Amino acid sequence: MTSSSGERMLDVRGLTVRFPTSDGIVQAVSDVSFALSRGETLGIVGESGSGKSVSNLAIMGLLNRARTVISGEVEFKGRDLLTLPPDELRKVRGKEIAMVFQDPFACLHPMYRVGAQIAEAFTAHSDAGKHAAWSRAVELLDHVGIPNAKSRARDYPHQFSGGMRQRAMIAMALVHNPDILICDEPTTALDVTVQAQILELIEDVKREFDIGVILVTHDLGVVAETANSVMVMYAGRVMEYGPAAEIFRHPQHPYAWGLLDSMPTIERRLDALVPIEGSPPSLLAPPSGCPFHPRCPYRFEPCATKLPPLKVPADGAHLDACHLPYDKKVELGAQRAKKVAA
Amino acid sequence: MSANGSTETLVELEHLTKHFDVKQGVFARGTAKVHAVEDVTLQVRRGETLGIVGESGCGKSTTARVMLRLLDVTSGTVRFDGRDITHLSQRALRPLRREMQMVFQDPYASLNPRKSVGQIVGTPFAIHGVKNARSRVQELLERVGLSPEHYNRYPHEFSGGQRQRIGVARALALSPKLIVCDEPVSALDVSIQAQVLNLLRNLQSDFNLTYVFITHDLSVLRQIADRIAVMYLGRVVEIGDSEQIYDAPKHPYTAALLSAVPRTGTDPRQRIVLSGDVPSPIDPPQACVFHPRCPRFHRGHCDVEEPELRDLAPHHAAACHYPLERWPITDEELRQAEGAVREDRPHLEGAAHD
Repeated sequence: MTSSSGERMLDVRGLTVRFPTSDGIVQAVSDVSFALSRGETLGIVGESGSGKSVSNLAIMGLLNRARTVISGEVEFKGRDLLTLPPDELRKVRGKEIAMVFQDPFACLHPMYRVGAQIAEAFTAHSDAGKHAAWSRAVELLDHVGIPNAKSRARDYPHQFSGGMRQRAMIAMALVHNPDILICDEPTTALDVTVQAQILELIEDVKREFDIGVILVTHDLGVVAETANSVMVMYAGRVMEYGPAAEIFRHPQHPYAWGLLDSMPTIERRLDALVPIEGSPPSLLAPPSGCPFHPRCPYRFEPCATKLPPLKVPADGAHLDACHLPYDKKVELGAQRAKKVAA
Repeated sequence: MSANGSTETLVELEHLTKHFDVKQGVFARGTAKVHAVEDVTLQVRRGETLGIVGESGCGKSTTARVMLRLLDVTSGTVRFDGRDITHLSQRALRPLRREMQMVFQDPYASLNPRKSVGQIVGTPFAIHGVKNARSRVQELLERVGLSPEHYNRYPHEFSGGQRQRIGVARALALSPKLIVCDEPVSALDVSIQAQVLNLLRNLQSDFNLTYVFITHDLSVLRQIADRIAVMYLGRVVEIGDSEQIYDAPKHPYTAALLSAVPRTGTDPRQRIVLSGDVPSPIDPPQACVFHPRCPRFHRGHCDVEEPELRDLAPHHAAACHYPLERWPITDEELRQAEGAVREDRPHLEGAAHD
């Protein structure tokens, strides 16, 4: 591979996605910006409806352009994917940027052999013959840890376990040595011991193929263990974005505190869990100002009216979107850390 | 209230076994048996939360359903509140149904979309002929954190967390002794999970409830369970007080489960990655069912003799010939059980480098 690790590959700027519906406009993603480098794993976390999946569908050009209003820029290798004509985009999608979805049961066709489906993904972007494509499929199945790949390639999806199907999906994503692998909740449908295997596989694949990985998940534990950088989303907006170690050691946004504190820990039994009160807002009519302010215990005067910009609040800190003065965040963060340790 | 409410044990399962017949082969001529639950013996004590944890297909939900006699028993005994209910007819069970209730996983599927909340929560009262249902339903709604005005609303008007509260209110309606919660928070977002877990905890102390809490999520379970049974392929492989299970697991499978849970903490930790998948319950492995995946496997012992569930510490039993000596444990210690001769384990080759 000629490319070097650390090279900036994907630049998303001001990505905004709106779905006009009969009930009004769903503000699914609002002004989302991030970047991905080679060798990096970016974890995107958020609860259901936070816009984490839709952002990636927009990047992949998988949203119906006739029914969606998308704005912003998605720069990949000097081109803006959002303005690329459909046939150009098709050459990128599945070849240079590949995707693995949550449910490997729904993503494999039940009537075709697993090997044939991977071979099809290969011939979609190359002139290779049937035999070459089949051997590529077997090679990749072997690579992702399917035992007896040669004979298992002839199996149908129902003969595979959940974990093996997800391995097959990863094999399919890798057929053209992509630059970017987008994994949307890749382990959510899997048991915990199988989840560990798949996360390890994604990590191995990232290293061997020297690619960038975007890992979308609602599980903070998964992100903590695999991601280099983390973006926390809420109601379609970025709340906090920075290096993973920083986000978990010194989270700056009250929503991130809430998420971390409400997560049940396996380390010990807590006297009471600390939930975030209320529920996530409707994206048809998101709250004015900061979208988190109705649930935020630290809201003050500007929060309800003024949208906080995503910015670095002080030297040595990382990006967040919160009106609280930085000193206050540090103070509250320290109090929180003390409470957690107690 | 039944008269024999004095014993400490509310539910007792003895050598409980449940097999399902499945058709196999061309034109479904052959039949095979799914060994869903195999020789499970356990007790649920009054006022406690017994957690049942395991991966999909381990038989945890089937165990609960047999416990409530929602499924018939293949062999073994189920005792509820001192009474043998193994072979009671559905009619004879009817009066007991008020005392055992269930909360389901999917709050979208378990509430009838065509019925109002008042009807849903009021149905148990209607079935058991209780008067004054409306005001009692409204009390219940308030108790689970909804408002009495929600009485005439329909399920689609509620969020996932609120729907789960409706399911909890319905289960509480007849003041049951036992509530089986089958993955009650798995479908909820993490910030909402905590709300529902807190609610369940508060209700337990207020109403002196006994829970059987089924989940695959060990972090959730730690927050609610007093005792835990770990199941694998239809068997209880380890059972004990919650603290014991988390802080000193004895069975290698429990250890692997614990170590596989992703954490946000920064401390490095031991990770046991099991090779392969759970075998089919139609044709479970001989002897110890875990032996094909076990890092401590000893040829000529584990694949020949089935380990019995035996006490290894007070209130802590495991079914393993070579239980863990300590926790956390290093990889080398894990693979080399004390007092055992290490043999070649060709089935693990390659897996170690995955």
